[in-house]
Amino acid sequence: MSLIQQSSPHTRNARPTSRVMLWVILATLPGLLAQTLFFGWGNLINVVWCVLLAMASEAAILAIRRKPVAFVLKDNSAAVTGLLLGLSLPPFTPWWVSATAVISAIVVAKQLYGGLGSNPFNPAMVGYALVLISFPVAMTVNWAEAATLWGSAPGFMDTLATIFSASQTTVDGWTMATPLDQYKHQITTLTSTEILQHPTFGEQVARGWEWVNLAFLAGGLGLLALKIITWHIPAGFLAGLAIMSLAFGSNADLYAPLSLHLLAGGTMLGAFFIATDPVSAATSHRGKLIYGAGIGILIYLIRTWGNYPDAVAFAVLLMNFAVPFIDHYTPPRTYGHHKPRRGAPGKMGG
Amino acid sequence: MTQLRDFSGGIHPPEHKHLSTGRPIRTAALPEHLILPLQQHIGEPAQPLVAVGDRVLKGQVIADVSSGRGVPVHAPTSGIIVAVEDRPVPHPSGMTDRCLILEPDGKDQWTSLNPVADYHTMGREDLLAMIRNAGVAGLGGAGFPTNVKLRPPRDRKVETLILNGAECEPYITADDMTMRERADEVVAGMKVMAWILRPSRCVIGIEDNKPEAVRAIQAAVDGTQIEVAVIPTKYPSGGEKQLIQILTGQEVPSGGIPADIGVMCQNIGTAVAVARAVFEGKPLISRVVTITGLAVAEPGTFEALLGTPVACLLAEAGLDHPHLNRLVLGGPMMGYTLTTDAVPVTKTTNCVIAATAEELPTPAPEQACIRCGFCAEACPMELLPQQLFWHSKAGEFEKAEHLNLFDCIECGACSYVCPSSIPLVQYYRYAKGEIRTHRAEQIKADRARERFEARQARLEREQQEKERRRNERAAEAARKKAEAAKVAASDDKPEIDERAAKAALVQEALARKKAKEKAARVETGEPSSSQPPNSD
Amino acid sequence: MGINLLLAILVLLALAVVFGGLLGFAAERFRVEGNPLAEQIDALLPQTQCGQCGFPGCRPYAESIANGDAINKCPPGGESTIKALADLLDVEPQPLDAEHGVEQAKRVAVIREDECIGCTKCIQACPVDAILGAAKHMHTIIESECTGCDLCVEPCPVDCIDMITVEPDIRTWTWTPPARGVIATDRQGASA
Repeated sequence: MSLIQQSSPHTRNARPTSRVMLWVILATLPGLLAQTLFFGWGNLINVVWCVLLAMASEAAILAIRRKPVAFVLKDNSAAVTGLLLGLSLPPFTPWWVSATAVISAIVVAKQLYGGLGSNPFNPAMVGYALVLISFPVAMTVNWAEAATLWGSAPGFMDTLATIFSASQTTVDGWTMATPLDQYKHQITTLTSTEILQHPTFGEQVARGWEWVNLAFLAGGLGLLALKIITWHIPAGFLAGLAIMSLAFGSNADLYAPLSLHLLAGGTMLGAFFIATDPVSAATSHRGKLIYGAGIGILIYLIRTWGNYPDAVAFAVLLMNFAVPFIDHYTPPRTYGHHKPRRGAPGKMGG
Repeated sequence: MTQLRDFSGGIHPPEHKHLSTGRPIRTAALPEHLILPLQQHIGEPAQPLVAVGDRVLKGQVIADVSSGRGVPVHAPTSGIIVAVEDRPVPHPSGMTDRCLILEPDGKDQWTSLNPVADYHTMGREDLLAMIRNAGVAGLGGAGFPTNVKLRPPRDRKVETLILNGAECEPYITADDMTMRERADEVVAGMKVMAWILRPSRCVIGIEDNKPEAVRAIQAAVDGTQIEVAVIPTKYPSGGEKQLIQILTGQEVPSGGIPADIGVMCQNIGTAVAVARAVFEGKPLISRVVTITGLAVAEPGTFEALLGTPVACLLAEAGLDHPHLNRLVLGGPMMGYTLTTDAVPVTKTTNCVIAATAEELPTPAPEQACIRCGFCAEACPMELLPQQLFWHSKAGEFEKAEHLNLFDCIECGACSYVCPSSIPLVQYYRYAKGEIRTHRAEQIKADRARERFEARQARLEREQQEKERRRNERAAEAARKKAEAAKVAASDDKPEIDERAAKAALVQEALARKKAKEKAARVETGEPSSSQPPNSD
Repeated sequence: MGINLLLAILVLLALAVVFGGLLGFAAERFRVEGNPLAEQIDALLPQTQCGQCGFPGCRPYAESIANGDAINKCPPGGESTIKALADLLDVEPQPLDAEHGVEQAKRVAVIREDECIGCTKCIQACPVDAILGAAKHMHTIIESECTGCDLCVEPCPVDCIDMITVEPDIRTWTWTPPARGVIATDRQGASA
C-alpha cells in the first residue's frame, strides 16, 4: 500500500489563480465590447497586440530567469497585464508605444521585482505612466472620436494600418481630445453649457464614454458577485472621487461635474480592474478602503489641478507607494486580542 | 431562543456526511490483537501496571500515570498481555510509541464495577476522581484529561457549559450519530458535568445540517434547563473559540482558556464517557468512530474497542484496497494522513477517511502568492495569513510570532481557499515547531550557562579557599616559628598559665554536662548508656 | 540690514539651543539600557561549553567576539548561530571555520555503566556538572543537562563514554516545511 503523506487540509476548493485571472479577463469583455462599438477597432487591436506581447515577453524573461515557462504562463497574469494596457491606451496608439508600455510593464515592473506577487507597483500602470511621460503627444492625440462602429468609424484595416504604420495620417479625421481633456482646457474660456454643446459630450454625459464606463461597471459588479474582488477598493475609489468632486467642484463653470468624473475617462476600468490588482494593493479591509479612497482623491486632484487630463495610472502608482504604510497601520484585530498588533517586533518583544 | 452571533471568516466545504449517516452505529468485531498506546491523552505517558503474560479483565487498569497529569489506560476486553513494545500510533509524524498489546481471550469478562446510583450524594472531588479513574480524556481530538478540565482554576467560575455538537468538519459523523442514538447518555453526562461545575447556563450547540440529532437531543433535554442551540453550518463553527463566540458573543483571550471568560466546552463523546463512568462504573474502553470515504463500500460509524487496528475497521467497512490513495485520520480539514493502517483506534480517534485519488486529489503545485486576500477573508481568527506565510517561508519566525502566529488554530480555511494552492497551514506548523524547538533550546542553553557559571564560581571559590588555607598555613608556620623564637628568648610564663586555666575550665564544663545528662536519663527511665538510643 | 542679520543669527541660535536641549533631554529620558555587547553575544551562543572555539567556554569566546574576533568558530552553533551573530553585529556571515570542527547533529554522552571504574576524571572535565558519581563508584550522566560537548570522552581511561546522536522521537517531532520545488507531496511506502 502506498499512501500519500501530506499536511492538512486535504481538500481544496477548485478556483486556482489561473481561473481567477480568467474571470477578470472575461469581466472586461463588456467594456471592450463597448469600446469597440463606440470607438472603433482600435482598442480590440491594442488588446490583442498587448496580450500577445505580454505573454511573449513574460515567456522570454522566464526563460532567461530559468523558471518553468509553461507553468507560470498558465496563471494568466501576464495576459491580464497586457489586457489592461490594451484597454487603457488610446485606440490609435502606435504599435511601438504600446510595445514599450507592455515590455516595461512585464519586464521591469513585474519580473525584475521577482515576478507575480512580488511587484510593489501595478505593472500595467507602470507601463502606462512610462509611455505617458515619454510620448505625451502620441498619448493625447490618438483618442478616437466617439463614432459608433455601425456609423462612420474607421474600418478595421484602416485602424490596423494606422496602429502598425509609421505615419499617423490615415485616421486624422477621427481622432479628438477626450471629454475630460476638452472640458479642462475649454472651461477657462467657455461656460459649462457652451462646452457641453460640443458633440464630444453627446446627449448624456460624454458620448460613448458613459457606455464604456457603465460596461466596465457591469463587469466589475460581476467580479464582486463572484467574490473575486471585495467591494472595499472600488467603493473607496468612487467615494473618494465623488466626495472630492462634491466638495470642490460643485460649480460646473469652474470644474468638471461629478457625472463626467464618474463616467468619462478610465474611472470604472480603474476602480474595478486596475486599483483592485491585489498584488500591489493594501490587504486588510480598512486598508483597502483607505487605498481606494486615496486613489479616488488623487485622481480628482490630478484631473482638476494637474497637467494631465486623466490620472488613474499616477494615482494608482502613488498609492502603491503608500501600501506598506497603510498595511502597517491597518492590521486586523485578531480574535482574542484587545488591539491589533502592528509593525515589526521590538528588540525586547518575544 | 438562544441568541446567536457570527464569527468572522469561515468556509463552506462540501460536507460528504451523508456517506456515513445511512447506517446505525455498528459494533466492531473483536480483533486478534488490541494495541493500546500508553499515551492517549495530553500530559505524561502512563506506566504499565501489568507484565507480559498477565491475564487482565475487561475494564481493569493496565497502565496509569503516577506523577504528573494524565489518565489511566484500561483493558478493553479480557485477555493476555502479550507484549509491551513500540508500535505505529496515530500521530502526524507516523512514528512509533510504546504500546501494550492485548490478546483477547474472547470471554469478555468484566472486572468488578462500582456504579453510582445517585451522584448527587457524592462530593465534587470524588466525582472528579471517578472520572479520572475511568480514563476519560477529551474525545474531541486533543485528549485533555477531562477531570483536569472540569476543575478550572480556583478564581474562575464557569457560568456557561457548552456541549460541542457542531461537528463542522466534512465527513465526520461520530458525534452526529452519537446524538441521534444516545441522546439520553449525552444529556446525562452533561448533567454530571453541570453538577460538578454549577454553571448558570448549559447549551448544546448543533449545526443545522444535523436535523435528526437536533430532534433527538431536543427530546432528551425536555424538562431540563439545558438549551439546544441550532447554529448555521459554517466551517469551523465547531472550533472551541468559534463556538464560544457564536453562543456567547465572547472571545477567549489570546493565550488563555475559555474558563477565563467563564465558559467551558466539552465534547459529545466525552459526555457519554462521563455518563458511563458514573452511572455504569465503566471506564473509557471504546468509542464511536466514523469510517468513511469513497474507498470503502459500506461507510458508517462503529463502536470500536480502543486499540482496534484501523485496518480491521476498514475491512469491516469493505475497503477497496486498489483504490485507496490516502488515509486520513480526523477530518479532511484538520486531520492528518496515516502511513499505515496498522495504527489503533485511541481515545481521540473520531474518523478515518479512506479516500480515492479522485476524492482527495494530490494538491496542485504551489504557485506565487498573488496577495488576493482570500485567506484573510476565510480566517476565523482574523489573522494575516499572507504575512504569516511570507515570514514563515523566509524563516523570520520572530516576525510571524509577532503577528500572532500562535493564535492560529490550524483550521485550514486559508489553504482551502488559496488560489495558488500554497500549503499555508504546513508553513505555520513548521514555523510553530521551529519556534517551540528554539525556545526549548534556549531554555536548555540558559540552564547550561547557569550551570557553567555556577561551576566556574565553585572552582574559583575552591581555588580561593586553597589559596587562603595555604596562606593561613604559611602564616601559622611563621607565627609558630616566631613564638618558638620568643619562648626561647624569654620564658613567658603568664601566657602558659592562662592556657592551662582555660583547659581546666573546659574540663569542668564537660564534666558538668555529663552529670546533667545522666540525671536526665534516670528521670525518663531510660537505660543509662553513653550510646545514643537506637532508633529502629 | 545689520539688525536683520543679527536677528536671523539669534533666532537660529535660539532654535539650535532649544532643539539641542530637547534632543539631549530625550536621549537621557528615553535611553534604552542595552546589554553589554558580550552578554548579547553570549546569549546567542549555544552554551555547549565545549571549547572547540579555542576558548574555555562560551562566555570567554563571546568576550573575544566583542573585541573583534571571528564569528565562525562555533561548530555546535553552526550556520544558524553564525547568522544570528552576523545579524547582531551587522557583519557578513562567514562559513564555519573548519579548523574548529564541523557542524554535527545534536548529541549526548552516555556512560556504559558496567565498564565505568569510578575514576571521576569525566566529572572533573564536564563543564556543566552534568555527571553524577563518586570515586570508586559508577558514574552516570544527567542526560537532560548534557550539552554534548565531548569533553568527557577524552579523559576517560577505559573509553566507556559514547556520544549518541539524539534522534527526534514522537514527542520532539515537528512539521517540516513544504518541499521546495514543484511537487509538494511525497509518497511513502508502507506495509499494508
